[in-house]
Amino acid sequence: MIDRDELLHVARLARLALHEDELDQTAAELSSILDHIAVIDELDLDDVEPTAHVGDVADSLRADQIHESLPVEVALAPAPAVRDDRFLVPSPQGD
Amino acid sequence: MASDIQSLSAVAAASAVSAGQLDRSELFDHYRGKADGDQLNAFTWVARDTPAVVDGPLGGVPLAVKDLFCTAGIPSQAGSRILEGYCPPYTATAVARLEAAGAAVLGKTNQDEFAMGSSNENSAFGPVLNPWDRGRVPGGSSGGSAAAVAGGLAPWALGTDTGGSIRQPAALCGIVGLKPTYGAVSRYGMIAFASSLDSAGPLTRDVTDAALCLRHLVGRDSADATSVGHPEMIELPSAERLDGLRIAVPRDLVSGDGIEPGVLAAFEGSLRLATELGATIIDCELPSARYALSAYYVIAPAEASSNLARFDGVRYGLRTEADDLVEMYTETRHDGFGAEVKRRILIGTYALSSGYYDAYYGRAQRVRTVVADELAAIFKQADLIATPTSPTVAFKLGERTADPLAMYRSDLFTIPMSLAGTPAISIPAGLSDGLPVGLQLAGPRFSENRILEAAKALEGAIGFEGLAAGGGER
Amino acid sequence: MSTVELEPVIGLEIHVQLRTASKMFCGCALGFGEPPNSRTCPVCLGLPGALPVANAQAIHFGLMIGMALQSELAPSSVFHRKNYFYPDLPKGYQISQYDQPLCLGGQLGGVAIHRVHLEDDAAKLNHAGDGGRIAGSAESVVDFNRGGTPLAEIVTEPELRSAEQAGQWLRLLRTTLRALGVSDVNMEEGSLRCDANISLRPVGSTALGTKTELKNMNSFRFIERGIRAEIERQRALIEAGDSVTQETLHFDPRTESISLLRSKEEAHDYRYFPEPDLPPVQITEAMLERAAAALPELPEAREQRYIEQLGLSDDSARLLSWRSELGDYFEAVLAAGDGLDAQTAANWTAELQGRLDDCEAEDSKVGADALAGLIDLVTSHQITQAVARQVLDQMVEQGGIAAEIVVVEGLEAVGGADQLAPIVKAALAANPQIAQRISAGEMKPIGVIIGEVMKQTGGRADGKEVTALVREQLGLS
Ligand SMILES: [Mg+2]
Ligand SMILES: [Zn+2]
Repeated sequence: MIDRDELLHVARLARLALHEDELDQTAAELSSILDHIAVIDELDLDDVEPTAHVGDVADSLRADQIHESLPVEVALAPAPAVRDDRFLVPSPQGD
Repeated sequence: MASDIQSLSAVAAASAVSAGQLDRSELFDHYRGKADGDQLNAFTWVARDTPAVVDGPLGGVPLAVKDLFCTAGIPSQAGSRILEGYCPPYTATAVARLEAAGAAVLGKTNQDEFAMGSSNENSAFGPVLNPWDRGRVPGGSSGGSAAAVAGGLAPWALGTDTGGSIRQPAALCGIVGLKPTYGAVSRYGMIAFASSLDSAGPLTRDVTDAALCLRHLVGRDSADATSVGHPEMIELPSAERLDGLRIAVPRDLVSGDGIEPGVLAAFEGSLRLATELGATIIDCELPSARYALSAYYVIAPAEASSNLARFDGVRYGLRTEADDLVEMYTETRHDGFGAEVKRRILIGTYALSSGYYDAYYGRAQRVRTVVADELAAIFKQADLIATPTSPTVAFKLGERTADPLAMYRSDLFTIPMSLAGTPAISIPAGLSDGLPVGLQLAGPRFSENRILEAAKALEGAIGFEGLAAGGGER
Repeated sequence: MSTVELEPVIGLEIHVQLRTASKMFCGCALGFGEPPNSRTCPVCLGLPGALPVANAQAIHFGLMIGMALQSELAPSSVFHRKNYFYPDLPKGYQISQYDQPLCLGGQLGGVAIHRVHLEDDAAKLNHAGDGGRIAGSAESVVDFNRGGTPLAEIVTEPELRSAEQAGQWLRLLRTTLRALGVSDVNMEEGSLRCDANISLRPVGSTALGTKTELKNMNSFRFIERGIRAEIERQRALIEAGDSVTQETLHFDPRTESISLLRSKEEAHDYRYFPEPDLPPVQITEAMLERAAAALPELPEAREQRYIEQLGLSDDSARLLSWRSELGDYFEAVLAAGDGLDAQTAANWTAELQGRLDDCEAEDSKVGADALAGLIDLVTSHQITQAVARQVLDQMVEQGGIAAEIVVVEGLEAVGGADQLAPIVKAALAANPQIAQRISAGEMKPIGVIIGEVMKQTGGRADGKEVTALVREQLGLS
């Protein structure tokens, strides 16, 4: 079960705007999904190790070698806003 | 000649080209014509002119590529508004490998937004129609790829599978779909949904085409730290019998409710054929399967919530202008993402947030271990596991959009293998009320050759007649 | 109001840019002053579909740091995603480490290390107008050249007790890292960045008070001043009966003022989880051997060697070893002069450094051999200590060789009965009463005579020799 305030907190963490008219339905949908997910509480998993990666990779590191970087214009091409070859954004407030 | 071209499998077309019996550009033009006439909304982009093709074993056979793959200078939008019109500066390794082997990119195919969905109704570019019944969904998330192949608009296609996104649409469209071992095919350039689950693989008219495509897809990629080389060369299968093969059937899962009788009938039919071909059917149990679904719907959204954080309106994609940074972020993401993607971002963020991690993500990762262990135990006594690919045939457009959970249940049979990172194929097992039913064959890690051989033998015995060769007019 | 004695409790968090050729997770060359966004690729721009691959050399440097700090090295090290939104963070998460860092525990200069982990650096975010700080400005611009630079984050236990101690320890850390060759460790250029966690508690208590975090002080002076200012701010609060609130602060060296960056309520929920794109890094024997083989002599070992083998005083040993350039110079001086007394060489090296404000001895006009030459002149009594200091002043200004300066300026010591006796005689003659008092057994007034002789010789006479001559000429011995 997830209430409005919790939903707004999570949405803030996810930087996802939820407009007033979307709140109740979203909360309801998420709640029913979370209820369904809750079946995993039935299992006794105390002495089970978590799996984060399947299979094991022997050597996953890369040698410290330099590759070509993108041309500046290519890097900037898809940007919504650019100034002086930099990506332009509204300034952060405080943090 | 056109009808002959249309009837050729990818393998046949490739050999016809290399034998000099078929002209590459004629082959490409034929399918570009088909793709241009697409009435299934399967394509989001079709090549204007014939691409320069490398001489190679794939003989310039046109390839439909799921929009989730980055293709240099070509729109790669992942079915999302937030990437509308976005053209990447580089090409995904999987696509580059097939091009290097002689494939020619025909177009980009429609999909559920960021591969989140089982019906292709979650695309910003509209739903894809099932060529068997245009009132029904093709499945998802690789619905465009599946419909394009089933409808004869492309000889074969590249798709991605996170929880069933290759196998389920292949089943609903009556074609072959293969999800390889996790890590066998590079994820570099595949727009990430759930990184620990995402796998790229082929959707094809028959099993042999799937094998040929996979042969050129696999291989270690230094740009993907999770990629591993395949220990075996992928062979073109030739089996006609299944003597000595032990096939396990998780009865607790298959006999469960929610499985349509027609699906069950077709499934039992193919098991009978398997026995006739010399295989032994072993009953087994996969009790963790019902928990697997829940675990998947924690793990995948959690990883997705992080993978989709980069869509922030700063470097590329949609931006909703605002004076305040946080407002720019939140409104951009509000406007750019569809409902299902937002739901999963919120679920995933919630599952990772402080105070909930252990109860959700932590437990889900442990369930993942249990599922993998249960599968490993079964593979000690059996060579393969067989299930229906999907509990139902293709459902009507709009039928499940109001009920996310009902949609999630479409992946009941495909998710365990996704969590375990093991390979599985879906092949057509027959029809139920005139709609295709898929048979899933799953094996241990790197058992693709074994799976393909068994699938080849069953394919011959089942003798399924698809639409593709006929051109998908129905 | 509260009269209990309060003691500061300080822990440091240091971010060090590693001196690899390419970035932490992609092959872009590290960016230093290149045109904006000219050192980027799909990976470090966080383009859709791009994947990170960890740089083996960064792991190697991390292991060297762990060994130098006597940390426990993880057999398997896991990267985690630290999730938050910021324009300088292209992926929406930083790839860092959480519960399985590369190095755990350890110590340096008697201060316990909590952990060392690897992560990737953020990009450069600037006010759209000038290049100044971003707060309050309406628009900002991002340059991703720095984004993805490998960082080692070193966290100490809260064992430092004063701003001065913190500054001194940080210098030792910098020297250690520089000796390892893993970083440029330049605070002004940002390759060494330091945050401080600061709290106060009654002396004797072991409980920790509420701490504040002082962010990104970019020079040694600022760090000491910033910490001092924050300690005083907290002390004032507590003594006024108020309580310290947990928050993240910024020290402005221009105004010496401390401003709020983030309050506890705004504290992030980073939603750490294992980075699925990066398998755990298995630390092999070969990797450990390679790191161990790459370790040079470290400052603390050098300090011991100076004390035990060269017999230097503790102060000299610490000065010369915690500042490795000065230590190198000192050893060059020892090598240049034959059979120089180590402590004397150490003293004159300190004398020289004392005359150079920011410049390092090795970069000064005084070469190691030149200083050795000067020391030789003093120890062989060819010039007096006082003259030697004058000569050193001149060498610092214009360089040159001590012996030549001495000749040109005629600074050789005036000594021997033939040269000095007449001058002493004249001095006594010029001060009859003084001479009488000395003859009467008073020793103090002899200083007047020595002063007179020094005036005559321009300080080139040796005081002891003058005293001896005075006694002789007055027939006192
Ligand atoms: Mg850090
Ligand atoms: Zn890069």
